[in-house]
Amino acid sequence: MKLECSTDIVVVGAGHAGCEAALACARLGLKTVMFTVSIDSIALMPCNPNIGGSAKGHLVKEIDALGGEMGKNIDRTFIQSKMLNKSKGPAVHSLRAQADKRDYSGAMRKTLENTKNLTIKQAEVAKILVEDGVLKGVETYSGALYRCRACILCTGTYLKARCIYGDVSNATGPNGLQAANYLTDSLKENGITMYRFKTGTPARIDKRSIDFSRMEEQFGDETIVPFSFTTDPEDVQIDQVSCWLTYTNESTHEIIRKNLDRSPLYSGMIEGTGPRYCPSIEDKVVKFADKDRHQVFIEPEGRYTNEMYIGGMSSSLPEDVQVAMYRTVPGLEQAQIVRNAYAIEYDCIDARQLSPTLEFKKISGLFSAGQFNGSSGYEEAAAQGLAAGINAARKVQGKEPIIFDRSQSYLGVLIDDLVTKENKEPYRMMTSRSEYRLLLRQDNADLRLTPLGHEIGLIPDERYEELLEKKRQIAQEIARVENVRIRPEKDVQAFLERYNSAPLKSGTALAELIRRPELDYETLAPLDKDRPALMRGVAGQVNINIKYEGYIQRQRKQVEQFRKLENKKLPDTLDYMQIHGLRLEARQKLNQYRPASVGQASRISGVSPADISVLLIYLKSNRK
Amino acid sequence: MKTDTIAAISTGMTASGIGIVRLSGEDAFQIADKMYVSKSDKKLSDMPSHTIHYGFIADDEDVIDEVLVMLLRAPRSFTAENTVEINCHGGVYAMKRILELAVKCGARPAEPGEFTKRAFLNGRMDLSQAEAVIDVIQSKNEYALKSSVSQLKGSVLRVIRELREKILYELAFIESALDDPEHISLSEYPKRLDRTAKQMERDLEKLIASSQNGRLMKEGIKTVIVGKPNAGKSSLLNLLLGEERAIVTDIAGTTRDTLEEQIQIHGISLQIIDTAGIRDTEDTIEKIGVDKARAYAKDADLILYVVDSAAALDENDEQIIRMIRGKKVIILLNKTDLETVTTKEAVLAKLKKPIVPVSAKEETGLDLLEQTIKDMFYAGNLSFNDEVYITNMRQKSALEAALESIRKVRESIRCQMPEDFFSIDLTDAYEELGKITGESAGEDLINEIFRRFCIGK
Repeated sequence: MKLECSTDIVVVGAGHAGCEAALACARLGLKTVMFTVSIDSIALMPCNPNIGGSAKGHLVKEIDALGGEMGKNIDRTFIQSKMLNKSKGPAVHSLRAQADKRDYSGAMRKTLENTKNLTIKQAEVAKILVEDGVLKGVETYSGALYRCRACILCTGTYLKARCIYGDVSNATGPNGLQAANYLTDSLKENGITMYRFKTGTPARIDKRSIDFSRMEEQFGDETIVPFSFTTDPEDVQIDQVSCWLTYTNESTHEIIRKNLDRSPLYSGMIEGTGPRYCPSIEDKVVKFADKDRHQVFIEPEGRYTNEMYIGGMSSSLPEDVQVAMYRTVPGLEQAQIVRNAYAIEYDCIDARQLSPTLEFKKISGLFSAGQFNGSSGYEEAAAQGLAAGINAARKVQGKEPIIFDRSQSYLGVLIDDLVTKENKEPYRMMTSRSEYRLLLRQDNADLRLTPLGHEIGLIPDERYEELLEKKRQIAQEIARVENVRIRPEKDVQAFLERYNSAPLKSGTALAELIRRPELDYETLAPLDKDRPALMRGVAGQVNINIKYEGYIQRQRKQVEQFRKLENKKLPDTLDYMQIHGLRLEARQKLNQYRPASVGQASRISGVSPADISVLLIYLKSNRK
Repeated sequence: MKTDTIAAISTGMTASGIGIVRLSGEDAFQIADKMYVSKSDKKLSDMPSHTIHYGFIADDEDVIDEVLVMLLRAPRSFTAENTVEINCHGGVYAMKRILELAVKCGARPAEPGEFTKRAFLNGRMDLSQAEAVIDVIQSKNEYALKSSVSQLKGSVLRVIRELREKILYELAFIESALDDPEHISLSEYPKRLDRTAKQMERDLEKLIASSQNGRLMKEGIKTVIVGKPNAGKSSLLNLLLGEERAIVTDIAGTTRDTLEEQIQIHGISLQIIDTAGIRDTEDTIEKIGVDKARAYAKDADLILYVVDSAAALDENDEQIIRMIRGKKVIILLNKTDLETVTTKEAVLAKLKKPIVPVSAKEETGLDLLEQTIKDMFYAGNLSFNDEVYITNMRQKSALEAALESIRKVRESIRCQMPEDFFSIDLTDAYEELGKITGESAGEDLINEIFRRFCIGK
């Protein structure tokens, strides 16, 4: 007799996607079983030791605003924090924190273990069980059957994983962990199209063998901003650990060029498609031959380990070449490698098989998230995990799905890109992927998404009430500064002169002064005698909304246009082959990918504006 | 639902009778008010629906035409939107100017089939007409797609493509720096971008200025010169293009081996295409030319058939006559300075079309040819497809929008806005220019970032 159990939801994988998915489901009241091949690899960070960064930081803030865990977890375990792009516009400010990897993993495990409704199980899921297009359960390698009403696949880089450097190829997942070798076949049997992607990681080097005097020290911010809107900034002003900056040089490049024939990338041993944004050092040297140096960023892997991550030098060159290559870099002359750099290949899917809820269009109840969907990065994975978790839970509870759209969040952009566009390499979030980035800032993620998080049930009433109060204060304060008149009095003119700002000719609204590039809301405090005490975060919002009002208004108008097509839903049952007037290419693409809305259809390559007109007319004529 | 206001010429581009320029959308009345003047100084937006008003269309002080304006308030119009129909009688030129003025005052040139589409989506047509509506949109679109790039002169297309490439490069640079701020620095960049943007501004201004002189697009009546070899076609073309005439430009960079020129005759634009002499030939290269000449003749709005009066009508002439019998033709009886072999009557017996005796050598007969073309046009016997014109309007307004965006980039630089704000307007400019070349942005930016700049962990 084999073991048979039943639960509401099964989550396959305990990486960043799996953790968010499982937590969301359990917190929404569903019995959830989370499978992992190794309990010790929960929320593992097998590549870089940081969370956030450009655009990724936005995702973490959004996860937090919706009631996810990543932001809180990094606030508990970071060892250095930096707001990137501070000199640029608020839309591209991005928070990045160095994590203590072991603490990060441990803290997340503690949260999972203490969440009601959630069971963690160490076992490899080998099969999905589907009847008549409906998911019924999963089966482990040992044959145990888990019946469930929804399943979320978050297998990361583990499916048929292979780690490669030089002529060495190990059939393991990241960090030498056991790969999952059976699930792919079961997915294929159920008609799922698989891709093979590749990514890589640099070597880790023993800190004691590094000469930091030859590198530039990179400090964290003086005042630390937390990721989570619920974290009190005072609680995160910690002693920080530094990162270090150094560069490759011509001798590094020479060694790489000489040994290219021994690289599995160029010898054809690696078949997967690698990401362009995270090229291996050998790729950089070949593709940007005119650059005489590349940046190398040395990051600590934790507070209590000597391992240092060599950012910018991921590689799959043979071991001996790696040693020689790293040792050409100033400060790394005596480097002792703890773990070799390697490339990893793994199975993932063409995410166009998913609807915007991250459910498979053809298998009801089967959801997926993370690197399995062709993305890359911890943050991208976690964001999808949360979205898939929410939708799986709602499906089981018989509630309407939640579709995150492009005008509302980076999470929406991420999911829409994955399920709509052809994706030939691991997908990474970038601020340039968002059309409305001035509206989708990291500082206003709570204003954008916390009401939704509350509606979903992941945000407690108290936090929601607080947000409403914040909104109220922002509106009130904006109205107030528009009405406060500053007169051209002596002290005012002197103040302006100090800031190299033109003197006033007549009474001027405070808001007008805030709009001057050399001034802002904070700086003007001395002129603003009746400024009220405000909640945390209000002043920043007031400043941005006044300073960039014109641009913000323009993007709001564009969003209105966007929503019109987005709100026109396309029925699942539509047979595009039968729609008169669509061009053949459009018919085929639409039939194959079955977009959820006219808006999504308009973003499929091969569907023209004229085809969209045809769809609109068709919808109208069939709405009896 | 709020809609923008669209404009188009809703009658054909012929010179016959009255032409109508139509505006439809939320602000149709306000836009019309900016263009309309009447003796009593009334405002159209104050007038009741379904009324007709006499007055003038004027661009500031400059009166374009005497008009009757019909007002139809939503939903009681074809599109169920506020609609203004301007009935003018100044012919093609006036209609063009009125449409341009409407766009200047805030309307947008209509997309192919857009009036019909709006009528349908606003419930003004029977649902059973959906298929017919779709057909209209698809066929007009197909035409517009074909014509939008092919109507552009090669040199113009090249300039626009280069501009797009430059914009994309700047966008990719800014975005790379934002994505990888510790690696790519933007210090001093605004100054550099301002210089580039200033040059772009100049290029765009030049393009727009030439569009005002009709130098941007190949528009006008497609006129093809045919005749057997040595009938004197080329010398006739030279005559038509004589220095004192309103020659416009040659078309550099086209791969066609046929010669295309544009001329104006009494305010009527002619796009003149000279072709290879038509005859039966065994020579492969010549045969290609001959086949091409036939294809052009088939497509022509007007054919100038050159007959050599100093030689007898032969097999080749017979063949040409059969080919052009059903078309609009003016016969040019050339070489009247020589001894006549073929008479006017002899030609007319075979092909009953207007005939003009000319001598390319002595430069005679040109006045009569021009008069004949003018008469045919104003009698409504000659016209060209209005889609070409509206396509050109769309292209021009896309150029203007692109220019506006580039100006905003410079404004942002002047106001010391952070660099990420530059990319908002650069992106708009890029997309506007893409509308002209028929290229959508898609993944261009992401590809450019990775191609040009080495970013990533």
